[in-house]
This record gives sequence, C-alpha cells and structure tokens, in this order.
Amino acid sequence: MTTIQEQLQDIADGVVTSVAAVAPDAEANVSVTRTRHGLTRFANSFVHQHVGEDTRTVHLTLAVDGRTATASTTDTDREALRALVERTLTSAQVQPVDPTWPSATPAVEVTGSGNLDPATADAAPGDRARLVADFVDEGPGLRAAGFVDTATTEVAFASTAGQRISGASTRATLDGIHQTGSSAGSAHATSFRLGALDAAAAGARAADIARRSERAVDIDPGAYPVVLMPEAVATLLTFLAVYGFNGKAHREGASFAELGQQQFDEAVTITADPTDPRAIGLPFDAEGSPRTRYHLVEDGVTANLAHDRRTAAAVGATTTGDALPGGEGFGAIPGTVVLRPGTSTPEQMIASVERGLLVTQFHYCRVLDPKSQVVTGLTRNGTFLIEDGEVTGAVGNLRFTQSFLAALAAGQVTAIGGDDRFASGEFGDGMVIAPSLQLASWNFTGGAKG
Amino acid sequence: MSERALDDTGFDLAGAAVEAAIAAGATYADARLVRRRSERIAARNGELETVATDEEIGIGVRALVGSSWGFAATSELTDAAAGRAGAEATATAKASALVPGPRIELADVEVRQDTYRTPHREDPLAVPLAEKVELVTGVTRTMLEVDGVTVTTAQLMFWDTEKWFVSSQGHRIAQHLVESGCGMDATAVGAHETQRRSYPQSFGHVETGGYEVIRRFDLPAHALPIAEEAVQLLTAADCPTGQMDLILESSQLALQIHESVGHAIELDRILGWEAAFAGTSFLELDQLGSLRYGSELMNITADATIPGALATFGYDDEGTPAQQVDIVREGTWVGVLSGRDSAHLAGLPPGGMVRADGPSRLPMVRMTNVGLLPGEGSLEDIVADTRHGVLMATNRSWSIDDRRLNFQFGCEVGWEIVDGRRARMVKNPTYTGITPTFWGSLDRLAGEDEWMPWGVPNCGKGQPMQVGHTGHPAAPGLFKDVRIGVKG
Repeated sequence: MTTIQEQLQDIADGVVTSVAAVAPDAEANVSVTRTRHGLTRFANSFVHQHVGEDTRTVHLTLAVDGRTATASTTDTDREALRALVERTLTSAQVQPVDPTWPSATPAVEVTGSGNLDPATADAAPGDRARLVADFVDEGPGLRAAGFVDTATTEVAFASTAGQRISGASTRATLDGIHQTGSSAGSAHATSFRLGALDAAAAGARAADIARRSERAVDIDPGAYPVVLMPEAVATLLTFLAVYGFNGKAHREGASFAELGQQQFDEAVTITADPTDPRAIGLPFDAEGSPRTRYHLVEDGVTANLAHDRRTAAAVGATTTGDALPGGEGFGAIPGTVVLRPGTSTPEQMIASVERGLLVTQFHYCRVLDPKSQVVTGLTRNGTFLIEDGEVTGAVGNLRFTQSFLAALAAGQVTAIGGDDRFASGEFGDGMVIAPSLQLASWNFTGGAKG
Repeated sequence: MSERALDDTGFDLAGAAVEAAIAAGATYADARLVRRRSERIAARNGELETVATDEEIGIGVRALVGSSWGFAATSELTDAAAGRAGAEATATAKASALVPGPRIELADVEVRQDTYRTPHREDPLAVPLAEKVELVTGVTRTMLEVDGVTVTTAQLMFWDTEKWFVSSQGHRIAQHLVESGCGMDATAVGAHETQRRSYPQSFGHVETGGYEVIRRFDLPAHALPIAEEAVQLLTAADCPTGQMDLILESSQLALQIHESVGHAIELDRILGWEAAFAGTSFLELDQLGSLRYGSELMNITADATIPGALATFGYDDEGTPAQQVDIVREGTWVGVLSGRDSAHLAGLPPGGMVRADGPSRLPMVRMTNVGLLPGEGSLEDIVADTRHGVLMATNRSWSIDDRRLNFQFGCEVGWEIVDGRRARMVKNPTYTGITPTFWGSLDRLAGEDEWMPWGVPNCGKGQPMQVGHTGHPAAPGLFKDVRIGVKG
C-alpha cells in the first residue's frame, strides 16, 4: 500500500469513527477518492488546451434506523469532515425509512488492488505532448485534433460493518482524428499503460481513413449488410449494458432482458470481466463490494444482470460488484464489458459482402425506446461502400434508426473478428473491449445532408 | 474551511495562484476559487430514493503561454497549494510547445472589480428537508395511483455557487449564483414498449432563483394529468409518417434551438477546437452576416441578462460582463458565442460566454440563454389554423450529426391535428430535418404570453466532459413540410 492510499484509508476510517461517535447505531459506507488527471488536447494540429487536476473527494452514505442520506465534499480537513458527518446525519434523521437500504457493506474479501502502472501515474505533460506530436506527424497536410490523457484513481473504502479496502488504477487514452477539407478519419487506443499507446500507428490509421474518405458520395438510405469496426461495436455493447443489463431497469420492466431466453445470435457471448488482464479500474465498486466476472449473454442466451447491493437485495440476488457512485437512481452498470472475439478479420468480412457498408464509428446515438433498444444515431469518421467483396469508395455520413437487439438477433451475426481491444463507445473510455463485427442488416434512414 | 474564512480569503488564494503562474512565465493568468454546494432530492414510486448534499471547493488556475492554455486545479485551500497550482498551470502550458501553433491573444475587456448575486426570495438550501421530501414522495405516490403506471420519479435540484475571480490584468469579481429546479415523470410499461410523460419537461427544468421556482411550477397539480397521459399513450395510434406540418410546444422547441443553433454558433466549434469530440459546425465565419439560417420569423439572441433564466449571471468565468448578443436577425446569421481568445482570433467582440463546470475544469465557450424572440398569438391559434399536421411535446430523444446539420428528435407525446383540431393522441412521434432547411420552414411563433425561458441542466461538452447549465427561451412554433414519423 502506498503512502497516499494509507492517507485515504485514514480519512475513510476517521469518518467511520466520527459517525460512530455521534450516532452509535448509525450505519455508514465511506469512500475517499483521489483523482489525478492530466489531459492534453490538440486541434488544428497543435496543443491548445493542457490541463491537470488533483482532487480528493469524500463520499458518505449514512443510515439511521433505515433512514438514509448521502453527501460528499472535496474539503478533507478535520472541520469539514465533521461537518459532512453532521449534515448527512441531519438529512437522514428527517427522512422516511428507505425500504431499499441493504445495510452497510459487510467485510468481504477483495482480490487484487487494481491495474496500476507507476509510469502512467507519474506521466508529465511533456510525455503526453510527445504522443500528440507522434500522432500529428503522421498526417502531413492534414488537420489533427484529439487528446491524450492519463488518469490515476486511488480509492479507500470503509464501512461501519467492517469492510475496509483500498486500491489504485491508471488509465491512458489516445483519441484523435485527422481531417482533410471534406473528410475525417479517427483512431483510438486505451490501456492502463501510457507506454502501450502507439500514437504513430494511430495517427497513420486516422490519416489513411481521412484520405480515403475525401471524395465521399451520398447513397440511398435503406437496409445494408454492415461490417462494424470496434468503435461502432462498442456503441452497441454500451447501450445494451447501460439500458438492458441494468438490474434496476429490468426490475422496473424497462429492459429488454429476458433471463434464460435466446435473445441473441448464438455467436454472441458478452461477459462483464474485471479479471481480464487488460481491465481498467479497481477490483471493488462504489459500495466496496468485489467486482465479479459473469456472463451477460452466453451463446446467445441472456444469462445475468448487473446488480448493486440495493437491486440485488430487492430480487434476492447477489451484488455483481457494479455499484456506481450515487447510483441509487440509475442502478448498476456492468464494468469491463467484453464481446467474445471470433477468428475473422475485417478483410475477410469485407470479402464476403456483396453490397454493404463498412462503418468506422457511430456518433450521437440516443435510445428511442429502451425496451426494444431502438436507437438513432449517425456514422462518423469513415463510412465506406463495399461492392462485390471490396471497398469501392467512401460514402457520406448516414443516419440510422435500428434496434440493437434485432441487429444481434439469431441469424444476424455473420462474423466476429479476432481483433478485440478497448474501444470507445458513447459513454467513456476503458469500459468496453470489442472486436469488429459483421451483421446481416442495418437500417439506415437518411443521409447526414438530408 | 468555514464559510466565514472563505469570505475573507477567496480573493487572496485566487490571487496567490495567479501570482505564481505569472512568476513562472505565463503572459496572462486567471484563477477562480469556487465553492459549489448542491442538493438533490429524488423519489421513486412514493419512496424516497436520494437525499444527496454535495460540496465542491477548489481553485482552478489558467495560464497562457504561446499557443496554449495550461490549467491546474487543486482542492487544497492553502497559499502554498494555490501557488503550486499556478506554477503547474504555467509549466503545463509550456510543455505544449512540443506541438506549437499560432500564438493565442485575448480580446480586450474592461477590467472590473465587482460583485453579483442572483436575485432570489427563498434560499433553497434553507427550506426544511422534510418539506422537500414530502413534495417528491407525494407526487410520485399520486402518479402511481393511476392504473397502468408502474414507475414514477420526481426530483428537486439546487445549486448554490460562490466564485472569486482574479486575473493578472486586475479583475476581482465575486459572484453568488443560486439555481433551483424540479421535474417528475410517470412511466407506463406495455408488453413491448414503455411510454413516459414528464413535467415541466424531460430531465427537469431549472432556473436561476430560489425555492420560489419550485412553488411556481406546482408539481402536485400536474401529477395526475401526466400519469394519465402516459397510460393513454400505450393504446394511442402510432405517429403518422410523411411530410407535413409540425407544431412544437415550447420546451421541445427550446431543445431544437439548443442542438441546431446553440452548439452550431459556438465559436470554438467553428474554429475547429472541438473537432475530435463534440464536432465542428456547418457554419463558416466568412458567412457571418449573410448566411440564411431560417425564415424571417427567426430572431435569436444569446442573452445572459434575462431575469430568472438558467444562464443568467453577472460575469462569465473570464470576467467579461453578461450581455445580450444578436445571433440570428430576421433569418440571417449575425452572431456567435465567444470567449476572449476565440473572439480575438475571429476579430469579433468577446461575448462573455466562457464558463466552467466547477473549479476543476478549464473554462470554455458555453451557451448562455440562447433563444427565440416571441411572435404573436397562441398555440391554440396555430392549431386552429393547421389543416393537417402533428403537435409534439416534451423531448424523449435527441441526436444530431457532428456538424449540427442533420437532426432527429423524438417526443413523449403527439397529437395529430386535422382541420384545426386535435384529432387524436399519437405515440412515438419523431421528426427529422436539416438545420437551415428546417428553420427556413418556420411559419408561425406564438406570442410573449407563452414564451418560456427553459433551462437545460445537462449540456455535455469538452474533454474532460463538462456539464453546463444553459437557457433557451421559446414559444410554441409551426414548421411547414417536415419529415415526420421516422421508424426503425
């Protein structure tokens, strides 16, 4: 354990002690988080914004006779923490009983302490700027934009029921585009190690897509077979995870998930896997419960849902360790979602398509109905026409309106790539590991220009 | 740190950060000490779900060196920590020289020492918690009494923000902003669908002001009607499809403004600074003053001085005074949203539109109250004059491309209008269009009596992601020949 983690644990323990001193019968969960975040943004091929942040936040969830309240502060001096306990206690005492309060988190063993790369944690602004230079240099004559960031999260947790755990993790992300006057191409890389990001390779990929997209033609909307690159696949997985495999949404009837039913093509196995060696994040969740590995979908059959301690208690299940900070309202979302890779390659998929589209990335996707998973959004940063097994040219961005559930239904998944990696979906980096994917049909409802 | 001590030292700590940044070699620096207290109270199905009281306090310092801003934030409130943050901001900016660009210059603004306080009658954080809890649990119980409704939620949200701003040019500005908001919704679940109705709008509505805002919206009086509508939607007909007249109630028109005007006119997007993530804009600066954005009825301003609107303040986070700026005048694009750096680059006056999401984030161009000036008459007049079309209300989904050109919106409820009357309720109403074509089809706008400064408390932009509070005044409007009823 590092000195910082010891300091954070001392703060968490101190808040638990303060709660016990002023309200011996109260229950409490306390987490103390230190976030060190450095981000280097570039646009028009130069660094224009360069930020650093070092903050500590204390979250307290407190229950008195089943009456609960939560509070947080970034002020960690003794007086501020005493005020935090007092105001949370005052809030809780005037509330009605919270019927979903599952009790303070009991002592449970947690294995591991998180994927932490010291070099990433200590990365200097210049380290990130050098990666930006590598990315930009791969696109002479093009305009580059994007970011390189490094984030270190150190957390200590303590509860009045005896759970006491700390850990730390790092994340490094490079996300960028190269642009011509009329097109753009993107590339993305995420790892818990900054040193694993190959900025030159990413820059070359983005520049290649941008140049190949320059003379895009508009095509008629309609249903097309598609080859989706990992970023586009990550969007599907993110929406399924957030709106479908959420135990709270399921309990309220707003999820598509029907446990034990064949809702997907049998080639589809989706796993929440914090044990993947590439995983980013801590081995415990916001409630201090251990994260677990479980199938969301196994061979096309919907298998499990994500739960925190509240939603698990409500349905007689066990927490999966996916509680979010302040997640009482939204429920749990599975972490490190992995689509089991296949053995195909994008080239092989393209070769098998008579007339279809190759999609690099989706943009601004929004759910029209969570239960049917009908989503609308657009393509972005490289959309190509496939004819007779070959990419024959770029097409303009298209709007789609498509049920993600129907797109992955039995008989719809034609091939899965072996190229799985962290890919950026709509809601953040380091959440989804996705391969490329070939689907029988995707419903494009209009061109981006009308 | 106690509130009293903070009052005494806010300027001093911000000043220490600025001095350290300049001493380290920045050509300009500013710092904000921000203390933001928030409260969120939420209920679901008659039970209390959340009482969260959060406090964020810290210093964010911005240093300019050459072609880059450096920014550092700390939650440690000591002179030494403020100084370290200032020096770090400058060092970070200097590291940007590895990938240099044109030197950033700042447009001139008058240097002010001033204070500003949101006018409000009732401190929302001082209203007894029990009263707030009873309000949200009560309305969720009421909505749940309607047969067919399975999920009901309600929430109250409050922010109390104190800022001390100091710049190396001599600004010293203290502000105290108070924001209050509320929202509730009822969801009915059918065999293969969910239908929801919200009030006052989806995701809640927020204004600058105190608890009087909550009392004015009178949630209990609207609980039963929206719950009944949610159930009615399950058996309503599907929205018709085709090209026809579209009438938007004012909160949906407000979101239409937000997405297809507000973001498109952000100067940082137009200049390519947000290209990789949020995107760019279909607007190009050489079109300013000549581009036809919409019909002659389209008059849009960005006005940070509208009493009660969510993006009303005294000064932005660069110390530029709040102001009203014309954006679209009689259909012609004439203005942008800008800060001191982007305005200088574009050769325009700075608009006072740069704000940050708390002390830990770099200030960026943000919408103020970007809205439509009202027309004449009423929504009912518009309905009465419509032969065939769909009236849509309350946003359900929104999506727009990275140049803010192609959009598709879904609403919670629609009514098919036939021969000047609401013929029937329709569900899953959607419409799609291309920004200037759509705004060119604006044919009617209701008058001032139905003009409402809607507040959007969840606008995402920037990296790291920042959540902004924006305002969008609008009255109901009629658009001709719109593509309606897009299906998956």
